[in-house]
Amino acid sequence: MTTYHVRRTLPLRVEAVRQFRRRRTLVAFAILLVLPWVLVAAFKLGGDPGRPDGLPSLVDTATSSALNFALFALFVSTGFLLVVAVALFCGDTVASEANWSSLRYLLAAPVPRARLLRQKLIVALSYAVVAVVSLPLMSLVAGTAGFGWGAVELPTGGTVPVSTALGRMAIIVGYSLVAQLVVAALAFLLSVTTDSPLGAVGGAVGLVIVSNILDAVTALGSWRDFLPTHWMYSWMDALQPQIQWAGMAKGTAVSVAYAVVLFALAFRRFRTRDIVS
Amino acid sequence: MRPAGALRARWGRTGRSTRWAAAGAAVVLAGGAAAWGATAGDAAHVETSSQRIAVVDGPKDDQRVTLDTTFYKPAGASKGPAILLAHGFGGSKRDVADEARGLARAGYAVLAWSARGFGRSSGEIALNSPDYEVKDTRQLIDWLARRPEVRLDGPGDPRVGMAGESYGGAIALMTAAYDKRVDAIAPQITWNSLPDALFPDAAAGAEPADGVFKKLWAGLFFTGNAGRTACGRFLPSLCDMYQDVAAKGRPTEAAISTLRRSSPASVADRIKVPALLVQGQTDSLFPLGQADANARAIAANGAPVSVVWFQGGHDGGDPETERVQGLVRDFFDARLMRSAKPSPDGFTVTRAGGLDSSTQEVVVDEATTRRYPGLSGDPSALPLRGNEQTIFNPAGGSPTSISALPGLGALGSFGSLGGSLGGQLPADMPGQTAAFDTRPLDHPLWLTGAASVRLRVTGDGPLFAKLYDVPPGGSAAPARRLAAPFRVSGGARGSEVTVTLPAMDYRFDRGHRLRLVIATTDMGFATPAEPSSYKVRVVSPLTVPSVPSLETAPAPLPVWVWGLPVAGVALALAILLPGRRKRGAETDSDVPLEISGLTKAYKNGHLAVSDLSFRVEKGQVLGLLGPNGAGKTTTLRMLMGLIHPDSGSIRIFGHRVYPGAPVLARLGSFVEGPGFLPHLSGRDNLDLYWRATGRPLDEAHLEEALQIADLGSALDRTVRTYSQGMRQRLAIAQAMLGLPDLLVLDEPTNGLDPPQIREMREVLVRYAAAGRTVIVSSHLLAEVEQTCTHAVVMANGRRVAAGPVAEITGSGRRLEDAFLEIIGEGS
Repeated sequence: MTTYHVRRTLPLRVEAVRQFRRRRTLVAFAILLVLPWVLVAAFKLGGDPGRPDGLPSLVDTATSSALNFALFALFVSTGFLLVVAVALFCGDTVASEANWSSLRYLLAAPVPRARLLRQKLIVALSYAVVAVVSLPLMSLVAGTAGFGWGAVELPTGGTVPVSTALGRMAIIVGYSLVAQLVVAALAFLLSVTTDSPLGAVGGAVGLVIVSNILDAVTALGSWRDFLPTHWMYSWMDALQPQIQWAGMAKGTAVSVAYAVVLFALAFRRFRTRDIVS
Repeated sequence: MRPAGALRARWGRTGRSTRWAAAGAAVVLAGGAAAWGATAGDAAHVETSSQRIAVVDGPKDDQRVTLDTTFYKPAGASKGPAILLAHGFGGSKRDVADEARGLARAGYAVLAWSARGFGRSSGEIALNSPDYEVKDTRQLIDWLARRPEVRLDGPGDPRVGMAGESYGGAIALMTAAYDKRVDAIAPQITWNSLPDALFPDAAAGAEPADGVFKKLWAGLFFTGNAGRTACGRFLPSLCDMYQDVAAKGRPTEAAISTLRRSSPASVADRIKVPALLVQGQTDSLFPLGQADANARAIAANGAPVSVVWFQGGHDGGDPETERVQGLVRDFFDARLMRSAKPSPDGFTVTRAGGLDSSTQEVVVDEATTRRYPGLSGDPSALPLRGNEQTIFNPAGGSPTSISALPGLGALGSFGSLGGSLGGQLPADMPGQTAAFDTRPLDHPLWLTGAASVRLRVTGDGPLFAKLYDVPPGGSAAPARRLAAPFRVSGGARGSEVTVTLPAMDYRFDRGHRLRLVIATTDMGFATPAEPSSYKVRVVSPLTVPSVPSLETAPAPLPVWVWGLPVAGVALALAILLPGRRKRGAETDSDVPLEISGLTKAYKNGHLAVSDLSFRVEKGQVLGLLGPNGAGKTTTLRMLMGLIHPDSGSIRIFGHRVYPGAPVLARLGSFVEGPGFLPHLSGRDNLDLYWRATGRPLDEAHLEEALQIADLGSALDRTVRTYSQGMRQRLAIAQAMLGLPDLLVLDEPTNGLDPPQIREMREVLVRYAAAGRTVIVSSHLLAEVEQTCTHAVVMANGRRVAAGPVAEITGSGRRLEDAFLEIIGEGS
């Protein structure tokens, strides 16, 4: 008899190594880590954005300190870059295995299906988290090099000292992660449904685009509150003199609710699916 | 199949528990949507009747006027307390229709009317005079007392409340003073004293006669309506009074006494009913001090008073209609319905807390405390810095500084967010302003009330005191767009004066400074045309009141913030829980593989495997033969637990096979081509695959497997560079990792060259000779003939022959002939 134990199958470390050496993973991280330096270079070339007459925005304050710069980098990435990164890690994970035909050998190893999904989900989400966190962290480094370390200038006016600002930054990154959960869940569901990794990633990104378009239809009124991307920028509420929690609470509720259902659908679907790839 | 049919067929296949779960989830969602829709479109019908009510008024009770009124019957009740709902200046009964309907739906009998001189009512405006408008409303109360829908406290005494904004708020206060039948009042953004409002003087002990004429607002007030006279529908005597004052730019004795008669201040000792006073923080016409005076007067009479400062006001700002109307309704519910609800808190301030990023609107929070503290609670003294400064009043009084303008208030609430927005507008002209700053604040300071300061000023004339917020490094902005005018008459020697700054609720952030600005001009007020100069010096610290007991309750989150995730989790459980199978205990057996009654039809209806049964014994090398499409691969996939059979069972060593069955660990498989991670080397692929099985590394027999793969140095290249044969060999090596008791190979010799095929054949024979079992599926009959001891022949999903190879071929025939013959029979 063999020494097979379900709980030892597909350890997280093994799955992490399997995914890490992929070109796709490395390219995604490279973009996220290089982007801040590109932005710093752009600001250095283009000069100080200056003070506009109207409402100052994150771009106007981007060069005032490293923290401001990190916030700006997060602001320009939230809508698309981070969505693509999260969709990539979560949408690619199962579909690419199906594409390579390695999925059937893992399942026959045997790694039970629910466990396979669980381990892959944990690893994919971890990569997504590292991706989302790496951007502001590298931005802090690049921003410190480019613009120095200092208090945060808020877009609504006033400044916040560094100690408070770091706490706010943690809240912002944490909320960004939660807000991306719905993207992760949809990408993951598509990943177990299709054998095409591009289809899964593209499908999730496509949903974000459609949701953004619907969000622009103001005639929908309060129905827009339930669009998965409606609250994606609510982390900016942490940039006001007093943090506004309502938007982030609503965004968390929407994102978590969608994500839980989509993840459940993914597990349900994978449990009963015939693997023919 | 049509989509509906497909859905029905699928529904039929779904388990009972799943159906219930899905139905339950659907009901929950539908119910939620219905509730959402119902609350969105809530509109109970309110019955109304319009009528003209004839009243008699005038100092001698001889003037006949008819008032245009609308009566809103209480919805859902035959009787209810009455509410007289008054409109603001320049409006009519139609302005309050929405609020009236809302109150009627809450069970009140509401009477809205156009005051004399407004809308379709006859008569002329008398400024809420006791001789005119007050007499009118008393007769409206008489009318209410006769209505069957109105609850009475006694014969001819209806239970009645009064509410209204501005002009309509003042009539509520005035009527309460003159008619004992009024039970509760909720006046909003209204005056206590018209002389003080129009001729304010913020210097301690000043009289309206010395006040500074608020010309812009007064002009709008008196000449803002079209009509036959220069003042529209005002009583001619009032029009004359205004024109006299406006031309002089100074109040007259007659004007002051006339306006005083129209002011609650004149009857302050007679207002003895519970009151809710709502005043605007963006109001330079009737600033917060007016409500404060009303509150003090009513409280002195022993009646309960609640005070609300909201964001709006005559200058604009957020009207907070919903909140204010809600507070008014709560107040009447407590005072007129006398339902169990507690009355609103003693003091409520709404504060702009920040921006809602999803709507870009200002979030307004509500801070409350149990008792109204007045305008000078809990003062702290902040030293002001700045030397004596000389400021000039320009000849002709122009250009002027600008503090408040009607309609500018909307910017004011932005200003309270951080102070740096819209900083351009309150233009302070150079040479006209003196500024005195505090030190940067060590901690945030919340000013609630009216700050005050003592100044020493030389010169004669009006000055304007304002409070600015100066952020570090930023530009100063007015805390609120309000100015406190005061008149000095110190002459060349100078005199000291204590100035009360505009009452406000404003948060100064840590590190910010407060700036006291004294200006010589203000666009809203009349200033002298003669040039003059003043010397201004502060002689006291700035006294800043605050109300620390004000507590902000966070705005309640909508129910769905909690409900949605809970519903999501419930739905997720409903999706996941049904259809989980329990598996019974099983016993080991020596039979490596036993397939019985195995059937699988694909979704497109193709029957891939039909009632297949066979058995493989230890030590056998079994050939699974059949033409393309015979169902070999489907069978092997079911064997690996990749495909769910429709019926029948597969047992490996006595254990049933299902997805992820532990017994699969005793099965090594290579089916339908290799599957590797292309970016990893062959060695890493095998290594990681074995680690993924979770079994100890020493069980892997990696070296033996690698020997079979025979990849040499290519083993450390990435798989993407391999030829098909190399991948094939690596895949077979992967199947042999751990030397499984049952090895299943699908077309193992595809892509191998003849020597390798030969070697492979020997490997398989040796493998089985060690007591293990090998199943080879192939269409290369010669190969099977040479390798296998037994064979199962399939065609069209069925077993058509089984047994030792020798038995199938018969004596002397080649397997190929036998195969073709069998296939021919089977098809």
